[in-house]
Amino acid sequence: MKKGYFGQWGGAFIPEVLYQTFADLKVAYETARADQSFWQEYVDLMANYSCRPTPLTFAENLSNHLGGARIYIKREDLNHTGAHKANNVMGQGLLVQRMGKKRVIAETGAGQHGVATATMAARFGFECTIYMGEEDVARQRPNVFWMEKLGSTVVPVTDGSRTLKDAINEAFRDWVTRMDDTHYVLGTACGPHPFPEMVSWFQSIIGIEARKQIVAQHGKMPDRVYACVGGGSNAMGVFQGFLDESDVELVGVEAGGKGIHTDEHASRMVGDRAAPGVAQGYKTMFLQDEDGQMLDTHSIAAGLDYVGISPILADLGEKGRVRFEAATDEEVLEALTLTMRTEGIIPALESSHAFVQAIKEAPGMSRDQAIIINMSGRGDKDIFTIAHAFDDPSWKEFIIERAEMYNKQ
Amino acid sequence: MTLHNNLKERLTKKPILLMTHLVLGYPSLATNREVICQMAENGVDCIELQIPFSEPMADGPVILKANQKALAGGITVEDCFAFAEEMAREFPEVNFLFMTYYNIVFRFGLADFIARTAEIGLKGFIIPDLPPEEGEEYLHLAAEKNMAAIMFFTPTSTDERMADVAGQGSGFIYCVARRGVTGEHTEMDAQLDGYLARCRKATELPLAVGFGIASRDDIAMLEGKADMAVIGTATIKLVDREGAAAVGPFIRGLAHS
Repeated sequence: MKKGYFGQWGGAFIPEVLYQTFADLKVAYETARADQSFWQEYVDLMANYSCRPTPLTFAENLSNHLGGARIYIKREDLNHTGAHKANNVMGQGLLVQRMGKKRVIAETGAGQHGVATATMAARFGFECTIYMGEEDVARQRPNVFWMEKLGSTVVPVTDGSRTLKDAINEAFRDWVTRMDDTHYVLGTACGPHPFPEMVSWFQSIIGIEARKQIVAQHGKMPDRVYACVGGGSNAMGVFQGFLDESDVELVGVEAGGKGIHTDEHASRMVGDRAAPGVAQGYKTMFLQDEDGQMLDTHSIAAGLDYVGISPILADLGEKGRVRFEAATDEEVLEALTLTMRTEGIIPALESSHAFVQAIKEAPGMSRDQAIIINMSGRGDKDIFTIAHAFDDPSWKEFIIERAEMYNKQ
Repeated sequence: MTLHNNLKERLTKKPILLMTHLVLGYPSLATNREVICQMAENGVDCIELQIPFSEPMADGPVILKANQKALAGGITVEDCFAFAEEMAREFPEVNFLFMTYYNIVFRFGLADFIARTAEIGLKGFIIPDLPPEEGEEYLHLAAEKNMAAIMFFTPTSTDERMADVAGQGSGFIYCVARRGVTGEHTEMDAQLDGYLARCRKATELPLAVGFGIASRDDIAMLEGKADMAVIGTATIKLVDREGAAAVGPFIRGLAHS
């Protein structure tokens, strides 16, 4: 098979001007990958800076409440900056250091990857520019605030649908202008080769830990592993720990939005709005129309609101190794509520998609079976988004009062 | 006749050729028609017809917005084929090429897209996000239909890469004058001279130079160093500002020495 391909998916559909940049990146990545000390440096950094290994929490109350399989939660929310995104950015940061570049750029949707990249840039002393759709800048002010406070420049993208995919296009436009001193820290397991493979490699730390932890706590492999799937990096991270165990069922949960039969969702593998395509430098299933124009997507979780999916997951889905499901916005809020009430754990809206499917399926399983839910991020720091999603009256009152106070000043 | 031979013949009559570009459906096909008419009347050698795409990654702000507005106006790939067919019939002295991103071609069906383009009288393709490594079948099918598959040189290309890429392309080579996206101005300096000399050494194919060329002076500087000047963003801006009628005088001004 051609390098950078996973079945029929992947590749590197890049403009010629980036040919040499990608050639250099591939060498840097392959050299690092072959070097055991690089991985050790990465693991040590994540232990010291980002609370790794993150715990695998037995959700006893939720398990009892549902009355089926034992539910374990992989706590990626406890990473520094609150999500699995930290794994990828710190890994790429080490790589940038090796390549001797001084500037990083990144796209961000909800702002998680932007905050993570800004944090990494501060720690490593890189100059940093974050591209973010204008609409997302307006929706995610708290994350913009932190990126700027961390020393990054946030550039609102005013083109296209002014969301994640447009931010990716804009980051590429920056990169073709300043590839000599700049590395593009792509945030998920998508884009041209070697990004899908490289990001998945950094995220594999999740699965490596989870596998050891479940065996230690449950005495054997889990029966099923659930992860939400936007671009697919957290899912790739946890799934890689179990890919070679054919009895472990891997379940990817996409954004069902307002329903898979409506036009307002972001499911590529479930439903019939996606088709094979080539955009943003790689081949995968894209939500697109008959002419090949990308469609607008919707999800309650900005991190899942994206037209494409990791080519590695498209392949695993096609081969039947990963089963795909979709969770609606409404189901997501119910699962989030139940998890908070029973476990005192607040998953991000993205991660709550994985909880939806696990909560649906756990009651049908027996007590000696175990499942793992990859909790990709924490919800409490997205209080503006989640309070808005719950349409919480007392929160609104607080915001109005605070606004009035600022108005008087 | 292949596009390569056609351009060689033209080069026996003038020192440098001209290629222009427009985004189909921006601001409308009716305006496109007027603009093309003026370009043809003033001796433009090649015209790139860009089929709009929602994610035009290699284009700068002006062409990007033109893509979006054309799509918002409802242009379809089918409309583009019908229009291109009409233009190729009406202006047989102009070499028309389709410029677009690979998803448009892929979604239509690679073989069908190439066959249809050949059938309606276009001369080739410019697909900036389809490098030769990913385009084996494309290159093969285009050659079969005698269609030019335009490849790119860039200032970041090594000599080795240039030779490799040129060996796989046909028609002419699109030499990107500098790093970055379309529409920003390029200074004509010693560095550019050195780059164009490297381009010339790497291939027998005619060299087209683009990205940010907007004046007669820019073109004069290219004479003897390249074979064709590419005017992209400048005409789009001109039509936005002064309307389609301004294109004729602008092109005439470029050709005059």
